[in-house]
Amino acid sequence: MTDHALTSPLGALTYDPAPESTAIAHLAPSYGLFLDGQFTDAAQHEQFASLNPATEETLATVAQASTADVDRAVASARRAYDKVWSKTTGAQRAKYLYRIARLILERARELAVVETLDNGKPIRESRDIDVPLAAAHFFYYAGWADKLEHAGLGPSPQPLGVAGQIIPWNFPLLMAAWKLAPALAAGNTCVLKPAETTPLSALILGEILQQAGLPDGVVNIVTGDGTTGAALVDHPGVDKIAFTGSTEVGRLIQQRVASSGKRLTLELGGKGANIVFEDAPLDEVIEGIIDGIFFNQGHVCCAGSRLLVQESVADEVLRRLLRRVDQLRVGNPMDKNTDVGAINSAAQLARIRELSDWGEREGATRYTSDCALPDKGYWFAPTVFSDVAQSHRIARDEIFGPVLSVLTFRTPDEAVAKANNSTYGLACGVWSEKGSRTLWVAQRLRAGVIWANTYNKFDPTSPFGGVRESGFGREGGRHGLEAYLNV
Amino acid sequence: MRTLDARDRGVLIPAVISVPVMRNESELRAALFARAGIDAVGVENRVAKLATRSLKTSTKLRAIDLAMSMVDLTTLEGADTPGRVSSLCAKAMRPDPRDVDVAPVAAVCVYPDLVAHARRVLGESSVAVASVATAFPSGRASLAVKLLDVAEAVSAGADEIDMVIDRGAFLAGRWGQVFDEIVAVKAACGAAHLKVILETGELVTYDNVARASWIAMLAGADFIKTSTGKVGVNATLPVALVMLEAARDFAESTGRIVGVKVAGGIRTTKDALRYLVVVNETVGDAWLSPDYFRFGASSLLNDLLMQRRKQRTGAYVRPDEFSGD
Repeated sequence: MTDHALTSPLGALTYDPAPESTAIAHLAPSYGLFLDGQFTDAAQHEQFASLNPATEETLATVAQASTADVDRAVASARRAYDKVWSKTTGAQRAKYLYRIARLILERARELAVVETLDNGKPIRESRDIDVPLAAAHFFYYAGWADKLEHAGLGPSPQPLGVAGQIIPWNFPLLMAAWKLAPALAAGNTCVLKPAETTPLSALILGEILQQAGLPDGVVNIVTGDGTTGAALVDHPGVDKIAFTGSTEVGRLIQQRVASSGKRLTLELGGKGANIVFEDAPLDEVIEGIIDGIFFNQGHVCCAGSRLLVQESVADEVLRRLLRRVDQLRVGNPMDKNTDVGAINSAAQLARIRELSDWGEREGATRYTSDCALPDKGYWFAPTVFSDVAQSHRIARDEIFGPVLSVLTFRTPDEAVAKANNSTYGLACGVWSEKGSRTLWVAQRLRAGVIWANTYNKFDPTSPFGGVRESGFGREGGRHGLEAYLNV
Repeated sequence: MRTLDARDRGVLIPAVISVPVMRNESELRAALFARAGIDAVGVENRVAKLATRSLKTSTKLRAIDLAMSMVDLTTLEGADTPGRVSSLCAKAMRPDPRDVDVAPVAAVCVYPDLVAHARRVLGESSVAVASVATAFPSGRASLAVKLLDVAEAVSAGADEIDMVIDRGAFLAGRWGQVFDEIVAVKAACGAAHLKVILETGELVTYDNVARASWIAMLAGADFIKTSTGKVGVNATLPVALVMLEAARDFAESTGRIVGVKVAGGIRTTKDALRYLVVVNETVGDAWLSPDYFRFGASSLLNDLLMQRRKQRTGAYVRPDEFSGD
């Protein structure tokens, strides 16, 4: 190429703001706990605020559930299990799940707006991914509710009883759906504990459960901080704990549940490797890398946070990748054209900053988009580190933010070795036009989910989960039923 | 690995043009097979996402004006007459008689026998005359016939020639023949601009679309165009994305900017704006001009006019407000 290159800037046709209206959210100033089919105050009347991370404004206050409240919730779930739900036929359970799915779609816009306000994710994602997928999970598991004995899990699989379910802040509504739909289809009753920073969409879901006429107590929702989650984990009346969140907390839960007789599934962190071979479809690779790490601000446990690119194409991939990173539209999550929204909390922002600083300190080359960031709220510009070594912290620790680490490899063996050289094992991507190589690599990767020529694709029919420090148990698909059945 | 900095922004087009010469079919094959494949799922995902872009207020108005300036107002019917072409030309020069701010469209596109008539009616206006040629739409004629078709259109005053490739030869793997034919047609065009119609609906796969795009660009096309409008599948957003990415990569490696024309089935402002978003976010502002991006359409123009009026006045007018050409 000559030195005298002309540049054609991308995105020269600038877009005027296109904000989705927040009026449809109808948020109440404060929310209680959803116990026994009703919203009620917490026993100690303690409330805490849920913030909009894009503005730092309070959206609503929610109840801080104490041990006594968790007792009430578990008792309510037990009562509902014994008196109603265990006697409800599969076809009847399906009827409720179908209703919930349809109501989620009817209130899709409201749920998308609430999700974006509370979480900071772009409205495009909550509208096109989170909410439709949440509904799809209820539709999918509704279909299984009366066919459990045909799921290949034994002749007469039985529900476990009361499930305690603790979900993270990155996909608040979707994770609630991932937990509730299979549990209810399998005949369990639930106590759901949403994340401290994103409780609102689960509370709207509580309203939907009322609308659907779900019998009282079949689902109870307790909001609160880590102490609420701990009370649920330790509660002797709970038969099963399902947790999605950090490996650190997952380890604590596993210790506390040990020898209690409770069943446990954990969906924890990851450090996904996105492996790009030299024959990969180049333009689609770039989109796959972008989707892999900047989807949901990188707040994705299966994020493709390590890019392993074959050295022979590394320069070209990196050049095109940075051009694309520059184009990401960062800012107001309510704007329909926003690609990357706000970091969910001040604490998470601090962690992302800390690990990125480590990247620089350890000698990796940093590129950060110089996109304008809003003054208020929690923001982190999309960042790519190249010249990353396997020993760097940014190649090992989960950053859970919009930060990509780029490493290179020479041969398929080396790619596999580097991908597997991680304490995690949740997800990987393989990019190649050669099917035999993709399969060879996929067989050798130690990860629960492997995508070929795509990344971060989710479907209710497809099981999801990890190995090693990414947890155990599967959610989604026929496999997802097993986590809630005695087989 | 290279250092990371802002020099890498945008599409880098060398100022000196240097298009590699293909001396024989095996060199052409090698050049085409050296290129990365196209993943269909990825392409369709990308356009689905871009299709959700929301263009509002002043952006929308700007995009509508831009789209109008890119229209090749087209009539390609057996029933075309001088009268029909005259009224189309009048519309092309003054799309909205009640609003002098509405600029003329880029071109009118007609069959070769109506070129002279269109030329006379358009006179000194900025509207170009484009003519389909080379046994449009099937392309099933000898090279001699095709070249004569082109020569007649050019001598009648055509500024732009829209040729069709030999899809039979392409699908049979005779890529050299497709290439040579484009080279010959380009020579016959003289000063006229050459748009090469790939008829992507007959090529079917995105890999084929990308390869045909490269053949046409290497052979000297000024524009690559999706479709004749005469087959079941015409322009689609994913096909446009693949062609734009080919044009972008070609410009980055040769310094020559080849335009892209989407044709067939684009009827609404919403459709047109989606194409402009794809142009905007994949190849950049060099292509955001009638010199390098066109819409082959007829009914699209009235919808653009209607949406333009709506953006400016806040109210929809009835369709009869605009002439029905």
